[in-house]
Amino acid sequence: MSDIEYVRPTDTSSAVTLVAEDPDAAFLAGGTTELDLALKDRVIRPSRFVDIGRLPLRGVTREGDRLRVAALTTMEELAADPTVRSRLPFVREALLLGASTQLRNMATIGGNLLQRTRCRYFRDPAVHACNKREPGSGCAAIEGVARMHAILGAGPSCIALHASDLCVPLVAMDAEVELLDADGTRRVPLTEFYRTPGDRPDVENVLRHGELVTHVVVPLLPAGTRSGYIKVRDRQSYEFATTSAAAAVQVEDGTITAARIGLGGVGTVPWRAWEAERVLVGAPANERTYRAAAEAAIRDPFTVPGTAFKVELAKRTIVRILRTVTA
Amino acid sequence: MSSATTARSTEVTVELHVNGRVYPARLDSTTTLLDALRDDLHLTGTKKGCDQGACGACTVLRDGKRIVSCLTLAAQCDGSEITTIEGLAEDGVPHPVQDAFVKHDAMQCGYCTAGQVMSAVSLLGEDEDRRATDDDIREFMSGNLCRCAAYPNIVAAIREVAGE
Ligand SMILES: Cc1cc2nc3c(=O)[nH]c(=O)nc-3n(C[C@H](O)[C@H](O)[C@H](O)COP(=O)(O)OP(=O)(O)OC[C@H]3O[C@@H](n4cnc5c(N)ncnc54)[C@H](O)[C@@H]3O)c2cc1C
Ligand code: SF4
Ligand code: FES
Ligand code: FES
Repeated sequence: MSDIEYVRPTDTSSAVTLVAEDPDAAFLAGGTTELDLALKDRVIRPSRFVDIGRLPLRGVTREGDRLRVAALTTMEELAADPTVRSRLPFVREALLLGASTQLRNMATIGGNLLQRTRCRYFRDPAVHACNKREPGSGCAAIEGVARMHAILGAGPSCIALHASDLCVPLVAMDAEVELLDADGTRRVPLTEFYRTPGDRPDVENVLRHGELVTHVVVPLLPAGTRSGYIKVRDRQSYEFATTSAAAAVQVEDGTITAARIGLGGVGTVPWRAWEAERVLVGAPANERTYRAAAEAAIRDPFTVPGTAFKVELAKRTIVRILRTVTA
Repeated sequence: MSSATTARSTEVTVELHVNGRVYPARLDSTTTLLDALRDDLHLTGTKKGCDQGACGACTVLRDGKRIVSCLTLAAQCDGSEITTIEGLAEDGVPHPVQDAFVKHDAMQCGYCTAGQVMSAVSLLGEDEDRRATDDDIREFMSGNLCRCAAYPNIVAAIREVAGE
């Protein structure tokens, strides 16, 4: 017998109220993260699932040079969108390299942004030391098996990875999230949406309790931009990224004139490689530039023995994606 | 506002539409579709492997699309059209994918087979470039694990039906 309530509101304002009024209530979208953590791993204890799955927040609309994606659009639906195919091909690549077709038919775009870390210690209720679950309890991963953990934005309090593939091209594109709560709506750039752990690893983003992600707005790539996503994994398919990189660049007469770089598998938050972009723009499109950009991107990593290998792997991943999109 | 709940909201009243039949059910709110199918509807063809979305053994179709039934609540599927392995044959005639699995001996212990077949049936209705080559089939069947490693024969079975 469970003590979790289930409700399915039909309008967004009821959904917001139903979560806002109860500190332990949670939105339920596809359920592929939420049900896993609440019912299977049992590391979160919601009092109430507010099923938002049938709210009228589904589909993709083109607004000039932007795409407005409603939060309950599934990963498969977004990947199939004609504008995503033609004007944001690396978003499609990142989506289709994530999870499995079954999960992509369930998982929503809002849920993907808010997926929780795969840190095995966070997901194991028998492990006591986890600052993300219980602030001040320590971090079991630092001295544990930390292959799938972060090296950027990480620190002694927590090295948990944000494992989304989709978010990697989205941060590179300066996507924005539209939020709704009782006070109204607001728009937050994805690059400012997430919080690195600092001394509060339990706070992962700027979302207020009961605030609903309604849309994600993504600028389209200018014509003539080449983009790509590369995902390095421990097995060839159906695995989270060990490292990944998304790049969109424009080259004129052998010189890079515009560059956007996002990194996955390395950050406690989806990582925008601003420093690498600064190295690239204005520089000749060659191997030496790519390596310099990679060095700039992975400056000052926080590593533990389990993650030290990622420093070089991430740099090579960056060089490889740059080589691919400029070839 | 409406909700799928009645008196006590930790229980839900749902209508599960499975293989063309309607099953009204009163369930614990946290009952997964997988457990409802197996324990309440006694449709035990759908298998439970990992119970965490990772192995694909529990794959069914929801409104024609493949999903894993272990990571969705029965309540979330209220009124949706669910197809399980029991619903594939028509008048006792197996689905072409089922025939191909038999012909190519695409199983050993058989535990993953219902999920493999449901996934393959779905794949045949998805973009053609997902089954153009054996590598494409492998990629888009990667959500279905087989501990017996019957993979070569599973790919052969799907290739045969995809090529027809
Ligand atoms: C086996 C497995 C493999 C996977 N592999 C990958 C992979 O390779 N790459 C990858 O990127 N991901 C992967 N994932 C993660 C998957 O993409 C996420 O679980 C999924 O995107 C979450 O979406 P959902 O709709 O199911 O969210 P839910 O589980 O419903 O919700 C997730 C969280 O977000 C909150 N939430 C959901 N929607 C909203 C909203 N609109 N507003 C406010 N809060 C909201 C919920 O309360 C919950 O806290 C994998 C998952 C599994 C189980
Ligand atoms: S890395 Fe973060 S989530 Fe994982 S055990 Fe340490 S504190 Fe917890
Ligand atoms: S039992 Fe559902 S995916 Fe393994
Ligand atoms: S046939 Fe045994 S698990 Fe696939």
